[in-house]
Amino acid sequence: MGVEFIYPEFEVIRNESRCIACRVCERQCANEVHYFCPETGLMMSDESKCVDCQRCVSLCPTRALKIVKSDCSLRENANWKSDTIKEIYKQASSGGVLLSSMGSPKEMPVYWDKLLINASQVTNPSIDPLREPMETKVFLGKKPERIERDEKGRIKCELTPQLELSLPVMFSAMSYGSISYNAHESLARAATASGTYYNTGEGGLHKDFYCYGPHTIVQVASGRFGVHEEYLNAGAAIEIKIGQGAKPGIGGHLPGTKIVGDVSATRMIPEGTDAISPAPHHDIYSIEDLRQLVYSLKEATGYRKPVIVKVAAVHNISAIASGIARSGADIIAIDGFRGGTGAAPTRIRDNVGIPIELALAAVDQRLRDEGIRNNVSLVVGGSIRSASDVVKAVALGADACYIATAALLALGCHLCRTCQTGKCNWGIATQRPDLVKRLNPDIGSERLINLMTAWKHEIKELMGGMGINSIEALRGNRLMLRGVGLTEKELSILGVAHAGE
Amino acid sequence: MKRIYVNEDRCIGCRLCEYNCAFANSGMRDMALALKGKTIYPRIHVEGDDKITFAVSCRHCTDPICMKSCIAGAIYDDNGVIRIDKNKCVGCLTCILVCPYGALAKGENGVMQKCELCLNNSCGEPACVKGCPNRAIVYEERGESL
Repeated sequence: MGVEFIYPEFEVIRNESRCIACRVCERQCANEVHYFCPETGLMMSDESKCVDCQRCVSLCPTRALKIVKSDCSLRENANWKSDTIKEIYKQASSGGVLLSSMGSPKEMPVYWDKLLINASQVTNPSIDPLREPMETKVFLGKKPERIERDEKGRIKCELTPQLELSLPVMFSAMSYGSISYNAHESLARAATASGTYYNTGEGGLHKDFYCYGPHTIVQVASGRFGVHEEYLNAGAAIEIKIGQGAKPGIGGHLPGTKIVGDVSATRMIPEGTDAISPAPHHDIYSIEDLRQLVYSLKEATGYRKPVIVKVAAVHNISAIASGIARSGADIIAIDGFRGGTGAAPTRIRDNVGIPIELALAAVDQRLRDEGIRNNVSLVVGGSIRSASDVVKAVALGADACYIATAALLALGCHLCRTCQTGKCNWGIATQRPDLVKRLNPDIGSERLINLMTAWKHEIKELMGGMGINSIEALRGNRLMLRGVGLTEKELSILGVAHAGE
Repeated sequence: MKRIYVNEDRCIGCRLCEYNCAFANSGMRDMALALKGKTIYPRIHVEGDDKITFAVSCRHCTDPICMKSCIAGAIYDDNGVIRIDKNKCVGCLTCILVCPYGALAKGENGVMQKCELCLNNSCGEPACVKGCPNRAIVYEERGESL
């Protein structure tokens, strides 16, 4: 081994006066950072292996540990930032494509933070959600164009299949394989208890989770892993995944080492084989092709389930969405460029796609202009971080939001962004039985339910402040938003006025 | 009666229960002061291998064989909680021999000690249960006779 060019990114700071050498940190670190030195009786650490997941910090009973960013620095250079230089070092040593996990950490504009929400004052009453009824329920699916009556004048009530959500938030697609059995169970139980949905991702549905089917969205992606008739009929809706915000335009690759036991059976592929999802669906090269798949899936499920088409937010998203809205799909899900992933090439994750806020505003406007907004519901994802992001998304025109990173954070994820190693110390992005065990689904589902409950309260409070008592009345209500620090062009795409206007 | 139960599917083998137990019974306010540089003598022990781990502590049997076998009469039943009078214990270790669960162990000074559900220390509730990071150890009523 030659010279190591990269100095460890983090330092393990151990307060020796507090460390009792209980070795909990050592047992809990799958990266094997901590070890006990019998000669001195002291705990030691190899910080070059540390990924800053904070598991040891959280479990240390005497709070003797902290992990800090190393201040060992390369000479400052505004052009050649130290991350850029280190990436060159890594590639020069490995010859490989750089891999990353979770959403892009790069400084790109977050439009949610530049949008402000309105509130009622004097001339219009605000509503107290603790005293008055407040409706956060939404239905996803194709809506009728007009009221139709039969020959006796009665309103025709038959609707195409709809998803009923108690609040406009769902857990977005994360496959069994990319996340653990216990993480899946937590999501499934929380979705059921919270009156919303979780999404299988492209990993199939474990037989143990069929009982959560009424709150499950089953995904059909380019690899078609785990797809069979029973699977399609098990869920409440079917999602065709065309693209993902973190890696638009490319497929997926779950290494054979993770295709073990139940993961292999659920995906319906032999143990140890790599699960490679192609970049495109090989049977979809046009909206007409997409329509064929949409209707094949509807046919297979007796027209009882809405079909979602999920795409990444890319340059011509409004035209793409317009096509999807005419393909027979009931719901369009758009994933913005800050969306997370279990593993993606770094360059793709950090440079491909567009912000979800702009994509959402453009798509909603385009569909309205073309008079086809009622054909589909819009679901947006790609870093929805809080209830206020949800409210802003709804005001921009979304019917509901997808959250995944926020859900994983609730489960204990500390965003160390090393999912691709499969050594998640929090038991989420791993298949190692000893690590999976660390996520107790009783605790996990409880924390997710808490998060949903808290967000629902906050959504109601924000709505109440605006004098709106139903989320339906907020949808596409861009008058409730004002921009700050945005250019004319950004404001015109978002369709909102500047603060003060 | 409420008892401590351990779910081996949830036990992650971190051994925090052992340290929480030792601290709770140390009578001191700070864990670092109480345990630094010392060998601990917890009343709960994590057993297992690299696949499965399990914390073992007293079951508080309805018909405790340790109590019956105690030659000094040190082990007694306090409303279902099986406790030990350390002043009476003669250190014969018969209780260790007879306990079918292997739940008993010697204390620091050679006198027997056992889980007394943290009734006699400052914790107030079983410290192992309170401190278990994965809710593997629970303190609940299951209506069982052990």
